Amino acid sequence: MTESDLGQNDGQRFDRLPATPADREVEGRASREEVVDWWQERFGVGPETFESVTFWEKGSGKIWAFSADLPSPVRAEGLGITVLRTRQEHWKPTTTGVKRFAREATKNVIELEPGEAAAFAAGHDQQLDRWDGDWGYLIAAHELAGEREPIGVGLYLHGELRSRVPKGYQEELAVLD
Amino acid sequence: MNPLDRYERLVDDAGAFRDACDRRLPSVVRVNELRVTPERTRRALDEEGVSYEPVGWNDRLLRLPDGSPGTTWPYVHGWLHGQEEVSALPALALDPDPGDRVWDACAAPGSKTCHLADLMDDSGVLIGNDNNLGRLSALRHNAERLGVSNLVVTNEDARNFSLDSLGVDALDGAVADVPCSCEGTCRKNPDVLENWSLGHVESLVGIQKGILRRAIELTRPGGEVVYSTCTFAPEENEAVVDHAIETTDAEMAEWDAPLETAPGVTEWEDEQFDESLKKAHRVYPHQNDTGGFFVAKLRVGGADAGDDATEEVGA
Repeated sequence: MTESDLGQNDGQRFDRLPATPADREVEGRASREEVVDWWQERFGVGPETFESVTFWEKGSGKIWAFSADLPSPVRAEGLGITVLRTRQEHWKPTTTGVKRFAREATKNVIELEPGEAAAFAAGHDQQLDRWDGDWGYLIAAHELAGEREPIGVGLYLHGELRSRVPKGYQEELAVLD
Repeated sequence: MNPLDRYERLVDDAGAFRDACDRRLPSVVRVNELRVTPERTRRALDEEGVSYEPVGWNDRLLRLPDGSPGTTWPYVHGWLHGQEEVSALPALALDPDPGDRVWDACAAPGSKTCHLADLMDDSGVLIGNDNNLGRLSALRHNAERLGVSNLVVTNEDARNFSLDSLGVDALDGAVADVPCSCEGTCRKNPDVLENWSLGHVESLVGIQKGILRRAIELTRPGGEVVYSTCTFAPEENEAVVDHAIETTDAEMAEWDAPLETAPGVTEWEDEQFDESLKKAHRVYPHQNDTGGFFVAKLRVGGADAGDDATEEVGA
């Protein structure tokens, strides 16, 4: 394996993100600092949430969070959970990332009524004109057993909340009273 | 032949044993405390009108008399994971601490692995390995659904597994829940009894010995290894552990099982096993209305130290 191979993204291999943009060796790779800042800015998730978490890239723009550390690179079938896609201009949080790390989010959380929550979990898009916050990726949540619980990631555009719950997680669930 | 005939002489009540093996197994879920408390889970199930019954020996387990939990809010939120009661035993027996380095040698589809992560509070390094690439996707899916983020998933033959590539020098603990003849799952899959053969059992024993040996080799002195199966066959249980304590520096460790069990056997047909195999646990279906199971806990490299001294090293 050559030096240039080592630096590039490889679908079989996890590379730890550089600490800051200045430490970047692979062009376009997000840094840890940018990822932590992004969660703070987008969802109000504090940096302490990620204190013992390391971030890794496997394949271009697919970011994984691992609640421990290992020498980079790691060759494995999985390392922690997927949290973010950074390939596009607008970074996209994953449903699993939001459910694991953004339970205490303070921004861009849309709280759904029982019927809306069931539609969202089933993967349906819906018109929700009452939202007057940012457009883009939101955390859709509902109340269950006395507290708010995130359901997943939605994309809010032109008054419509599009469910981004992955197919494998979509379920037809009860509308809670 | 029905392999269960072989075990009637091992159990206290052969009739109750056979009757239990013929009954359907109840649907059981484990509460994922990485995400929620048992109290909030019960409240959510109440709100949704899902009936459940507590499992007497563990308040993290719930029986669902109406069947599968798959289409309920608590399940979709990763608060619940469907798994047999007895499959909670390996993680409880190992009882890892947050921050430990733990290897699950045969991890897919991940019920026991995710339970280990729960007990580790999703910290430390948990290595979930399986040699079956197809089954690894189920492991990854379950880990993501339950929010397990301290897991490294690997696809190796457990008998030759190496920690070198991960940069981990030794393990604090390991679970070897090995491939077996699965007689203990007859309550959910009666086919295992029809397809049973002694030849199949014998073909598994070499693999089981190899995986347990590797788990012991990779674990630091004072660390612990849990060996488990879902079979009643002493060839796959006590004989495998007996071979390990004879050929490595591991020894049997005491573990108080939280449910009714029978001690491991020290003789089977014309074979004798070490007396310490009595510390192992056999779970028969009629004892707690569960599947069948075998679990043994071993301590590595502690032959000269007393139990207390070894415990200190391990702490």
